[in-house]
Amino acid sequence: MEYQAKELFGKHGVPVLAGIVAETVDDARAAAEQIGGPVVVKAQVKTGGRGKAGGVKLASSPDGAAEKAQAILGLDIKGHVVRRVLVTEASDIEQEYYVSYLLDRANRTYLAMASVEGGIDIEQLAVERPEALAKVPVDAIVGVDDAKVAEIVDAARFPADVRDQVLDVLHAMWRVYSEEDATLVEINPLVMTPDGRVVALDGKVSLDDNARFRHPDHAQFEDTAAADPLEARAKEKDLNYVKLDGEVGIIGNGAGLVMSTLDVVAYAGEELGGVKPANFLDIGGGASAEVMADGLEIVLSDPDVRSVLVNVFGGITACDEVANGIVQAFALLDSRGDEITHPLVVRLDGNNAEVGRQILRDAQLPRLEQVDTMDGAARRVAELAAAK
Amino acid sequence: MAIFLTSDSKVIVQGMTGSEGRRHTQRMLNSGTAIVGGVTPGKGGQSVEFEGATVPVFGSVKEAVEATGADVSVVFVPPKFAKAAVIEAIDAGLPLVVVITEGIPVDDTAEFFQHAVNSGRTRIIGPNCPGLISPGQSNAGIIPADITKPGRIGLVSKSGTLTYQMMYELRDIGFSTCVGIGGDPVIGTTHIDCLEAFEADPDTDAVVMIGEIGGDAEERAADYIEANVTKPVVGYVAGFTAPEGKTMGHAGAIVSGSSGTAVAKQEALEAAGVRVGKTPSETARIMHEVMQSR
Repeated sequence: MEYQAKELFGKHGVPVLAGIVAETVDDARAAAEQIGGPVVVKAQVKTGGRGKAGGVKLASSPDGAAEKAQAILGLDIKGHVVRRVLVTEASDIEQEYYVSYLLDRANRTYLAMASVEGGIDIEQLAVERPEALAKVPVDAIVGVDDAKVAEIVDAARFPADVRDQVLDVLHAMWRVYSEEDATLVEINPLVMTPDGRVVALDGKVSLDDNARFRHPDHAQFEDTAAADPLEARAKEKDLNYVKLDGEVGIIGNGAGLVMSTLDVVAYAGEELGGVKPANFLDIGGGASAEVMADGLEIVLSDPDVRSVLVNVFGGITACDEVANGIVQAFALLDSRGDEITHPLVVRLDGNNAEVGRQILRDAQLPRLEQVDTMDGAARRVAELAAAK
Repeated sequence: MAIFLTSDSKVIVQGMTGSEGRRHTQRMLNSGTAIVGGVTPGKGGQSVEFEGATVPVFGSVKEAVEATGADVSVVFVPPKFAKAAVIEAIDAGLPLVVVITEGIPVDDTAEFFQHAVNSGRTRIIGPNCPGLISPGQSNAGIIPADITKPGRIGLVSKSGTLTYQMMYELRDIGFSTCVGIGGDPVIGTTHIDCLEAFEADPDTDAVVMIGEIGGDAEERAADYIEANVTKPVVGYVAGFTAPEGKTMGHAGAIVSGSSGTAVAKQEALEAAGVRVGKTPSETARIMHEVMQSR
């Protein structure tokens, strides 16, 4: 969110306007009083297009700020409910610019982007007027040094009167990018005020989850309140779960196979009145009994779920081990007092598939049926969901 | 002949003395891989007993290479230490480094990838990948060896389990080499690198290419195929139902705005003349047709 990005900006010396986060109308009024003068009240959500959605408003007094905060708090912007506003000093704008550092997946290095035409949708600018957006590759070992910031500023043709300030901003932004393990640091717009100051008016920082072990303090940036409750529970159990809006619960091993399973279920569902997958859940290559039980528990507690598909390819963990895992998972759920409330379709394929299938047949688990192919299993589980 | 990895490959395992490293070293040995050593700092001079083999442990990659003539390293080192381990392997002059480790910060990967490029010598596969296998010859990583057999199809995939699924569905024809390139945003070897190698490999007749949402690697591969690949390529893309802005398991598997969608990838591949299966089994069916019509 913007205020969090600005926290990181402030920490590394990127100039920002004075701002205070408020979660209530009264706090917003107090913030405006403290800042003094006209303020801008801005919705804090992890999405763009806040201005258009009525999430950014100017106020000339503390009471005005309270009134605007009243209107903005609780607003739904593209599915994100506003729980906080940022009250900042209002500033006149002489010029708007754009600057960012990001991961360049294609070239497997970093990229600096800059334009003297800021304040607009940068993807649009890149398509419509690519010549106005300077792109400068950054070597992953060398990083950004004096020569590099000069190259960026020259490539984007920043005017001479702001050159030195922009150079400093680019250095400070690089500290955010490299020291915080970011994959994106963007300032849009970077503005020049009538008195000639260059400040970051709005910004965005994406942090690398894989680098969390180096940054225990990044935990505070997680928006746990806005997360789906099932996703939050899954995360506590270290499960890789994404809630979707369909009716068929999906459990599988391996990210690619699970994504593929979602697709195959959706295709089967199209012919059955639009039945869709309810979630993504990757229980990993191992597929142990406990992980299987945790996965089933999460998926079955989704009120939208009407049937569940367990799609496992036995590779390193062969199908007989997976089948034993499923049998134990049922026992574990039973001991926790959880009931299997929906029909379950299991597809086992790969190493020792026949042994695994026999184990499940012998166990005679309630509400569980087996289909041997992925396509067939997808069709069956969609039928079961559609029939309810 | 296969690509990148053959029966002549001499493999060392960085992190062999850890539980994952030990488990998968045994599997690699079982599938006939020439494992010539392990590397664990501080444990040089020891050795590890495996079923059917005793494998020496070296304190550094350099020592291991000098003693054994190794030309491949498989890295199981945890994320925190992975960058140093990979750079050590690059500096020791290894031509192929296979990074299995999941969860490496992308900054670290970008750095060791650049280091490999600067070396002018080392190919990195991964990270966050299952490795590669040339069935019947050698297996560097965690791909189960017993689900397929040697043959004349090449396979390149971002996903582990989808690789296994496809290897299994096409086990009657068999594979020259299967490469799991990994699902991270930055990877050392791309679809294009593998397509180029398969095109040049006399023992590969056709290629299965498996992609997934995120980035534009598949689109760039499509351009490459159109311009450079004469062998038939059959494609599959996972993630048509993935919502925007959500990471689907793999760190790199995310649709951002309108970019990285499965539809865009499928269209690009089809425009390049690649037949794309709607499901894994349909993809396998198409490949059966392609191989039969040869």
